[in-house]
Amino acid sequence: MLRFLLRRLIVAVLVAATVLTLAFVLTRLSGDLAISIAGPNATQQDVDAVRKAYGLDRPVVIQFFDWVGRALLGDFGESYFFKARVAALIGERMPVTVSLGLTGLVIALAISLPMGVLAAVRENTWADRAVQAVALLGQAMPSFWLGLILMITLGLHLGWLPISGTGSWEHYVMPGIVLAFSAVPALTRLTRAGMIQALGSDYIRTARAKGLSRASILLKHALRNAAIPVVAIAAVQLGFMLGGSIVIESVFALHGVGFLAWESIGKNDFPVVQAVVLVLAVIYVALTMFADILNAVLDPRLRGA
Amino acid sequence: MSEAVVVSGPLRGWRSIATWVGAVIVGLAVFCALFAGWLVPHDPFQQDLTKRLLTPFWMEGHNPAHLLGTDQLGRDYLSRLIWGARISILIGVTVTIVSAVIGIAMGVIGGYAGGKIDDMVLFAITTRLSIPVVLVALAVVGLMGSSLTLLVLTLGLLLWDRFAVVARSTTMQVRNLDFVAAAWCAGSSRFHILAREILPNIASHLVVVATLEIALAILLEAALSFLGLGVPPPLPSWGLMIAEAKEYMFFSPWVIVIPGVALFVLVLGINLLGDGLRDMFGTRTDP
Repeated sequence: MLRFLLRRLIVAVLVAATVLTLAFVLTRLSGDLAISIAGPNATQQDVDAVRKAYGLDRPVVIQFFDWVGRALLGDFGESYFFKARVAALIGERMPVTVSLGLTGLVIALAISLPMGVLAAVRENTWADRAVQAVALLGQAMPSFWLGLILMITLGLHLGWLPISGTGSWEHYVMPGIVLAFSAVPALTRLTRAGMIQALGSDYIRTARAKGLSRASILLKHALRNAAIPVVAIAAVQLGFMLGGSIVIESVFALHGVGFLAWESIGKNDFPVVQAVVLVLAVIYVALTMFADILNAVLDPRLRGA
Repeated sequence: MSEAVVVSGPLRGWRSIATWVGAVIVGLAVFCALFAGWLVPHDPFQQDLTKRLLTPFWMEGHNPAHLLGTDQLGRDYLSRLIWGARISILIGVTVTIVSAVIGIAMGVIGGYAGGKIDDMVLFAITTRLSIPVVLVALAVVGLMGSSLTLLVLTLGLLLWDRFAVVARSTTMQVRNLDFVAAAWCAGSSRFHILAREILPNIASHLVVVATLEIALAILLEAALSFLGLGVPPPLPSWGLMIAEAKEYMFFSPWVIVIPGVALFVLVLGINLLGDGLRDMFGTRTDP
């Protein structure tokens, strides 16, 4: 077990280091940063001043190690546009994105678990097919478009929820629903597959032979075993959701990290962009590591892998 | 966790119907994309400010010359929709070609070689999965300027993971079969074995992945164009059409409903077709 944990941790650190490098390369793609920062009307002197002020006159290798060294200590430099520490900006916006991600995950689980169980119990009937059809529809739904449609229907016509902005918990409901849509297909299919497998196993036959009630067999015995991979995938899906929240936050003007990144991309604010890419990637790496360890703890057969 | 049994073979009943529905939708979209120039009733770029936001045929006061109405600049919506199918399919297919080349090469080499090389391929897949695709694609296009070529290359470089996963696992399955050993005994080069013996035998699985990737690429392009960092205007991408019409959606909801439904139906069609192929070939596509 200890060897497994150690191996998993080393991989996670290596992945994070690679992403760190990629995030740095990403922002150097556009050529001369100083020219972009100084703006279109800048003179050569302005550009030179900017280059010196931001340390862009140093060799790229030095810039890279300087950035890595600071990033490891949680210092991502200063935002060119907001004139604030990038770490502080991200820290300020992160609660919004995490709330959105968790809302989406809770809604997704609330939809997927019952649907997956229903489909498994009624395997190969119309109910099963209906559930699979819903999963297919969810997979094809463009999330930003669903967001706009919800704004028109739930927001404008029915007036149930606020259309956009960040304020009360109600602002998270519509974006949460939209975000949940992206995770529902995978979670439903996994719940269904896990339940079908669990229901066909020996311990369920034993439970039936003991004369346990149907509900007790389903919820206590089958679902508990089917839930292990679902919980693990849910953690991975949360990572995907946080990464994909940029689209939804922009649609709903929800001022989270994704919205911050979108604003910063439009303003060529490189330090913010590379920091957000890095932070979201590291969160994803941590969540997948958590999922793998959880799987290994709950299912000893996976530890050798 | 033991693998679920995957039954392959000809499709029956509703699965077969669903696959056919998917095939018809995809066929129609491809037809529109190929012959857009002949199919459009109007020039999709022609503005006419006297005919702004005309309503589509199912609403009152529509203009028979414009079946789906016109947009905020008076451009014919049906023509832009047909032209948009061309953009979506073009991007879906080209992105998938780029990602297929990268992913299949990595997967086949990793799966065949095993050992350290395979570890490196697995590491690359893990790293790729941890990168937030939409954010990075937006950043690249935003920092380097939007153009079709850049968009295709960026998405292609980001979406190869599923190709690599499936190519790797299927290569491992066929690697030890007799015909591969026979080719090796006959003195075939490593490249020959990979390209002529292994690749044709895993191709059916890769076709399934390709359909899923085309659908994903089309959705991503629409999302990027919607955020203003995808296809450059005035090209009529469906995502861009939704973005441009957004201001008017509360008063004329059909301006976003039409391109959105088109996008949804096309992606659904591709997924239906892909699911049918997956069941026929017995491919597992989940990582």
